[in-house]
Amino acid sequence: MSEIKLMKGNEALAEAMIRAGCDAYFGYPITPQSEVLEYLSAEVPLRNTGMVVLQAESEVAAINMLYGAGGCGKRVMTTSSSPGISLMQEGLSYMAGAEIPALLCNINRGGPGLGTIQPSQGDYNQATKGGGHGDYHLIVLAPSSVQEMVDFVKLGFELAEKYRNPCMILADGAIGQMMEKVELFDQMPRKTEFPDWVTQGKPKDNERRILTSLFIQSEEMEQVNLRLQKKYDEIRKNELRFETINTEDAEYIFTGYGLGARICRKTMEIGREKGYKIGLVRPISLFPFPYHVYEEFAPKVNGILDVEMNAGQMVYDVKLAVEGKTRVEFYGRMGGMIPSPDDILAYFEEKFIRGGK
Amino acid sequence: MSENQIYDTGVCALEDIRYDEFLIYKKPPTLTDNPMHYCPGCGHGVVHKIFMEVIHEMGLQGETIGVTPVGCSVFAYHYLNVDMQEAAHGRACAVATGIKRTMPDKIVFTYQGDGDLAAIGTAETIHACNRGENFLIIFINNGIYGMTSGQMAPTTLPGMYSTTSPYGRDVKTQGHPFKITDLVASLPGTAYVTRQSVHKTTNVRKCKKALEKAIKYQQQGLGTCLVEVVSNCPSNWKMTPLESNKYIDDAMIPFYPLGDLKVPEGK
Repeated sequence: MSEIKLMKGNEALAEAMIRAGCDAYFGYPITPQSEVLEYLSAEVPLRNTGMVVLQAESEVAAINMLYGAGGCGKRVMTTSSSPGISLMQEGLSYMAGAEIPALLCNINRGGPGLGTIQPSQGDYNQATKGGGHGDYHLIVLAPSSVQEMVDFVKLGFELAEKYRNPCMILADGAIGQMMEKVELFDQMPRKTEFPDWVTQGKPKDNERRILTSLFIQSEEMEQVNLRLQKKYDEIRKNELRFETINTEDAEYIFTGYGLGARICRKTMEIGREKGYKIGLVRPISLFPFPYHVYEEFAPKVNGILDVEMNAGQMVYDVKLAVEGKTRVEFYGRMGGMIPSPDDILAYFEEKFIRGGK
Repeated sequence: MSENQIYDTGVCALEDIRYDEFLIYKKPPTLTDNPMHYCPGCGHGVVHKIFMEVIHEMGLQGETIGVTPVGCSVFAYHYLNVDMQEAAHGRACAVATGIKRTMPDKIVFTYQGDGDLAAIGTAETIHACNRGENFLIIFINNGIYGMTSGQMAPTTLPGMYSTTSPYGRDVKTQGHPFKITDLVASLPGTAYVTRQSVHKTTNVRKCKKALEKAIKYQQQGLGTCLVEVVSNCPSNWKMTPLESNKYIDDAMIPFYPLGDLKVPEGK
C-alpha cells in the first residue's frame, strides 16, 4: 500500500531514496538541500534496509565515492546545490566515460559563484550539455512538484542502470523547500543481482573487470566515443518525456521546465480567462530534450513564450527546434527572483498581443 | 659447443624451459602476462609483483578490488589480475571509500604516487585515514612526477632538481617536502603506517611482509593501513638504475627514514 504524506521536497526525495532500495548515499551539506543528508542521518536506514549514509569531506569526494560504489553495481545517490554540483563535474565526466550509473539531484540556486541560496534555473546548460569535459550527456529529469521529486528517484535509478549512465534530477530551491502532499511508493528491496561488468572481485573462471575512462590510443578513444554517442541516441529515441496542456486549440505556447512550467501553467489559466488561447509544453526530460514537440507546434501557432528562472538557456533549444518557423520570446528572472504570473502575462501581452502579429 | 649445450644445465635443455614443470621461479597468477611499461630500474614493477604475490598466497584474488591513480601507475590495471577501478587524479581514497563501504567483506586497496596522494589528493587521503576507512593505501614516493616527465612533487627533497625546480627545490618559495605518512600516522583512524623500500633484496622482503600485515589488519577490520614505499625514478632523476638506488640510500632515506610509524596495539 502506498502512503500519503505532507512533505518537504528535499525530505520526500530522501524518503524516496530509501524506499527505492538505494545502497548508499554520499553527500556534503549545502543550502538549500541540506535536509536530504539530515533526514537520512536521522532515519539511519542502515538499520532497516542496510543503506549506507556517509557525510563526505567535500562534493569532490562525494561524487568519487559514488564512482567507487556505483562501479560495484550498487544503487547510489548524492544531492547538492549549484556550487557543489560544479565541484562534481570532474567526477561526472569520469563516470560518463567509465559508464558508471548513479543518480544525483541538483537543488539549483542562484549563481554565478557563491551566488544566493534562493531558487534558480541557472544550471540548465551545465546539466543538459555535459557540464564536465569531453563529449557526454547526463540523463536529466526536471520535477515540477514534490510528487515528481519522489517519482523521479525511482525512475532516475532505473534509467541510470538501464543505460549505465549518470542521471540527474534538476530541481530548484523552491521545489526542494516547498511542502506538498505526496504519495510514497512501497519499500523496494535492495539489489541482489548484478550485471557482469561490476567490480565485486574477479570471478574464478572469468576475466577481471576494469572500469576506466582512459583510452590512450586515439583510434580506441574514438571507438569509445562512437559507442557513447550511439547510447545517447538510444536515450534520445526511448526516453523523451514531456507534458502538453491545452495545446489542441492553442494559438500561443507557453513553455518552461520545473518550477518555471508550474508558473507558466498558472499564467496560462489566467490568460485563458482573458480569452487568449494559450497552451503549455513542459519538457520533463531535459536530456533528451523533446525538440519534436516544438517542431510540430511551430507552424500552427502565432508564437512561443519561454519562461525560465535564468537569463535564457532552454530557450536556445526551443529556437533550435522551431527552426525559425515561429516567433520565440523569452521571459526570465535571475538571482533567486521568481517570476509572477502577472508579470509573465503582461510580458506576453506586450510582445504578442499589442506589439506582435 | 652448440648454443643448446651451453645452456644445458643437466636439469633441462633450453627448449624445455618453457614447460611449467621445469620452472622453479615464476610470477603469481595474480599478475597478467602484459609486458610492463615501466622504465628499467623503476620500483613499480617490484611492488606490483610482491603485492600480487601476497594476494595470491593469501588466496584473495577473487576477493580483491583495487583502485589505480593518475601517474606512472595509471595502467597498473594492465598488470594486476584483480578487479580494478581507475580513479580521477587524487580521488583514489574517495573511490575506495565508496567501494569498501558498500562491499565491506572485500579486500580494497589504492595504489598511488606522491603527486596523486600528497598533492591533488591530500584532502581525500587525510579524511579517509581520519575516518579510519578499512582499506590499504600503497603509497609510492619517488619525489617526482614521473608520468608527466619530471616535475616537482610535494615530496621532492630540498635542493632536488626537477623540471619545475631546475635550480633545486627552494623551500622558501616552493614549500617543504610533505611527510604525509607521518601526518596520517598521527590520526586515530589509521591502524598501521609504515615506510618501506624495494631498492635492495632485504628491503623487498621486508616490504612484502608489511603488505601482508596490512592485508591481515584489513581482514581484522582495524582501520586504514598505509604502506609508503620510498622508490626511485631513474629516468627523471637522470640517473642509471644503480645510481638511483644509491640516491635512495644517500638522500631519500635520510629524509624519509624507513620503519613502522604506527602499529596496531598488541601487534
